[in-house]
Amino acid sequence: MVYFIEQFLNGIQLGMLLFLLAAGLTLIFGIMDIVNLAHGSLYMIGAYFAASFAEWTDSFVLGAILAVIATFAVGIVLEIVAIRRLYARSHLDHVLGTFGLLLFFNELVRLVWGPAGMTLSLPSEMLHAVEILPGLFYPVYRLVIIGATLTVAGLLYGLVMGTRLGMLIRAGASNREMVGALGVNIKLLYTLIFGLGAALAGFAGLMQAPILTVQIGMGENILIAAFVVVTIGGIGSIRGAFVAALLVGLVDTVGRAFVPDLLHVYLTTSASASLGRALSSMMIYLVMALVLIVRPEGLFPATSK
Amino acid sequence: MNPRLAVNAVVLAVLALVPVYAARTGDPFLMTLFTRVVILALAALSLNLIMGFGGMVSFGHAAYLGIGGYAVGILAKEGIGSGFVQWPVAIGASALYALAIGALSLRTRGVYFIMITLAFAQMIYYVAIGLDRYGGDDGLTINQRSRFGGLLNLDNKVVFYYLCLALLLTGIYLVWRLVNSRFGLVIRGARSNERRMRAIGFPTFRYKLVCFVIAGAMCGLAGALLANHTNFISPAMMHWTRSGDLMIMAVLGGMQAMFGPLIGAMTFLLLEEQLSRITQYPNLVIGPLLLFVAIYVNGGIDGLLGGGRRG
Amino acid sequence: MRMTTIVPTTVLALIAGLAVAQAQQQTVKIGFISTFSGPPAAIGNDMKNAFELGLDHHGRKLGGLPVEVIYEDDQIKPEVGVQKTQKLIESDHVDFVVGYIWSNVLLASLKPLVDSKTMTVVTNAGASQLAGEQCSPYVFSTSWNNDQTPASLGLYMNQKGVKTAFLLGPNYAAGKDMLAGVQSTFTGQIVGQELTRWPDQIDFSAELSKAREAKPDAIFAFYPGGIGAQFVTQYVQAGLKGQIPLYTAFIIDDLSLPRLKDLAVGIASAQEWVGDLPNAANQKFVADYRAKYNAMPSFYGAQTYDAVALIDTAVTAVKGDLSNKEGMRKEMEKAEFTSVRGGFKFGNNHIPIQNFYLDEAVKNADGSYALRTAATIVKDDQDKFHDKCPMK
Repeated sequence: MVYFIEQFLNGIQLGMLLFLLAAGLTLIFGIMDIVNLAHGSLYMIGAYFAASFAEWTDSFVLGAILAVIATFAVGIVLEIVAIRRLYARSHLDHVLGTFGLLLFFNELVRLVWGPAGMTLSLPSEMLHAVEILPGLFYPVYRLVIIGATLTVAGLLYGLVMGTRLGMLIRAGASNREMVGALGVNIKLLYTLIFGLGAALAGFAGLMQAPILTVQIGMGENILIAAFVVVTIGGIGSIRGAFVAALLVGLVDTVGRAFVPDLLHVYLTTSASASLGRALSSMMIYLVMALVLIVRPEGLFPATSK
Repeated sequence: MNPRLAVNAVVLAVLALVPVYAARTGDPFLMTLFTRVVILALAALSLNLIMGFGGMVSFGHAAYLGIGGYAVGILAKEGIGSGFVQWPVAIGASALYALAIGALSLRTRGVYFIMITLAFAQMIYYVAIGLDRYGGDDGLTINQRSRFGGLLNLDNKVVFYYLCLALLLTGIYLVWRLVNSRFGLVIRGARSNERRMRAIGFPTFRYKLVCFVIAGAMCGLAGALLANHTNFISPAMMHWTRSGDLMIMAVLGGMQAMFGPLIGAMTFLLLEEQLSRITQYPNLVIGPLLLFVAIYVNGGIDGLLGGGRRG
Repeated sequence: MRMTTIVPTTVLALIAGLAVAQAQQQTVKIGFISTFSGPPAAIGNDMKNAFELGLDHHGRKLGGLPVEVIYEDDQIKPEVGVQKTQKLIESDHVDFVVGYIWSNVLLASLKPLVDSKTMTVVTNAGASQLAGEQCSPYVFSTSWNNDQTPASLGLYMNQKGVKTAFLLGPNYAAGKDMLAGVQSTFTGQIVGQELTRWPDQIDFSAELSKAREAKPDAIFAFYPGGIGAQFVTQYVQAGLKGQIPLYTAFIIDDLSLPRLKDLAVGIASAQEWVGDLPNAANQKFVADYRAKYNAMPSFYGAQTYDAVALIDTAVTAVKGDLSNKEGMRKEMEKAEFTSVRGGFKFGNNHIPIQNFYLDEAVKNADGSYALRTAATIVKDDQDKFHDKCPMK
């Protein structure tokens, strides 16, 4: 039982990180209609920035703040230089172009930071476990991740629901042409949204960094999961991204933890181990396929077509 | 002379003469490289059938490379070394998988189609990782290439190369016939305006599915060739970045041209190879190049040579 | 210039560029395959440093011939490793291939090496298949077989009275070999084992939770390179350090120790080479390595350093005639060179027969950490697969 709660919390944590990535992706998708494969690169760059800044300033928190700002800046520059020229092109061209950016960023990071990767160390206060329930030890840092990401999610919600910018975002996700026709500076809006998405991705990257290492290509695996989240949640919907992210995070974590054991009831150890591993890795894709068959536009599509 | 025709002719001549040149300079690496070019060109050709002509942007095409390759590898490990069994299984299994996922995926549109084809490729990728008996993530060495009972010795690099080249050219011819047939017209029409095609009375779903299956089968054959070429299979053959590579080759060469995927494959792989010799950071060039092509180039290399947009 | 001229010219230039012939001089060409990206890059660099130091000690000549080394990065992936191996053989025409950290990369690369009869010195990977059915006259190892180190730890766990154990390792060839190695000598009960995704899974919280639930007397873990350091950090973060003792293979070494510091103290590990082994060759190796690179060499480096001497004996024996593979093989089998391990012999399968030591992390007076030999667990240990090797 204790083990289950621990896995549940791990699933929430993964889900929250996925949400940060998916929120940016779904906005970029929904409002600018861009398939952005370079989003994982922004996640990676956020982690690398944080590792470097934390080293220079000798402070994890300061390093994190600087990294988010830096990633936001990179996002803005990227939009102006490259992304905005893709708006008029087809989805295939988006895939191609942003794939090129992904390759470019991997190589650029190798050039600037070297191939060996970096580490982001935690301040010693966060380096132990807390007994949150009798018999249940949970690492402090993972609680920090859940807390920080929920806070950011809350801020995002406030932004999208409570500010004028947020209103423009929701309107743009709903009907892009109309917003432009109403005289809003679409170019600036797009740039800001892309920058926001980049900052969220960078934040997710640096939060994850102390648990996983900071290395080239680290964004690629989680990028696919983020796309799955966006697809399940519905393109353009932040609410959908939140629900789908939690769903995917839980299914993936709990699946990996329990599917092999469930199979073990019916099969031999080695068969259940390998089949279990394969099946649990596939689970989020099975869920996505199911959702698309039942609701081809995702759970909460922002646009009604 | 028509520049496109000239380029195609030169490409064919070069490909035909590679083994001769390699023998003269004593450089077996040239053979290895160009065999890979030809095999991946076949895979890109199959993708282009559905993507370029059919408008179905599949982000999971590398799955068939894997299925075809694993068919050969698994049978080889289990003692069935005959190509007469392995290759039909490779093609058949790929066709079946294409049928299954096509039936589901083709119900979706646009970016959802891209995502769901990606998802299905990821699924089979993870299945391969779970196959402990066949190496799982570590992959599996194939000790003996497919045997064709004395008719063909695939261990001979030259023989193998010309076989791959012959299969590629056959594939190009097949695609050409298909695209210019009534079937092809329906497919291209559906890409242009599906509603209208359905209004005229064509069951476009069925046509697209058949096209999808043919493409999968062709790519499965490429997978069998690839497994023989590298004497090694691993889940990495099906990684989504491999699917991305195939898409790049198709777009780079020109999606409306028969020789497009071949030229795209050649350009991409040779460029990658050459840049790796010059610099430690080849993707600093390749990345922006892809971006440039995505933003500015219409019709790929074929378009630059004056190829028009057809259908 | 028009596009119709530029495009074909470019394509032809690309093709032509491949056709540049290479001038041949009489050198010893060595292809070196290791990992230089990701967290395990530290291992690759250590091996490269040790190899370069070895070449320095030999005056940059082997058997009297100048040496050329080509370094390639396998990126921890078997499919990349086999590609780079083929490139070294077919495109660079190397005389020797040295290196291989990972068992799965080695296994994938064996066929091209053996088919081309390229003399190979494996300086780390210890795949049991190489010690057994897939042994080859052309392939030598200066490291060990995967089961040897964990088997010695199994013996040590018996000595310490451990009755139940939980095993953790990565899901690739070496991981499986290691866990099997512990089970071959450990007499207690295995209450559970987990193989984690390799190499991208670096988050072990789920597996550590499972281990904690099983309440074993001890946990055995194998995680090479930088990932091992992550594992120990998480083991401590999960609050397990005071609760369940940890026995490790290849996690605590001279590379990870500077990062782990106090975390490593009190965790048992075994190696076939420790920095403080008292023979003259080792003292010179360690002293010169520290002088040149300002760091302690690890056992990865020690194994690679030995490869230089081994190759030197071979080239000297055939008087520079690198096509005489038989001659080189015969000489290498004698293992008549000074190893920093103090000398070892090869088994029939070209895997070393050697001692294994228990080592522990200690804090020096100046605040730095070092590994020192605590005991000899087993002498002249031979792997258990040599019978499966068809070579005499």
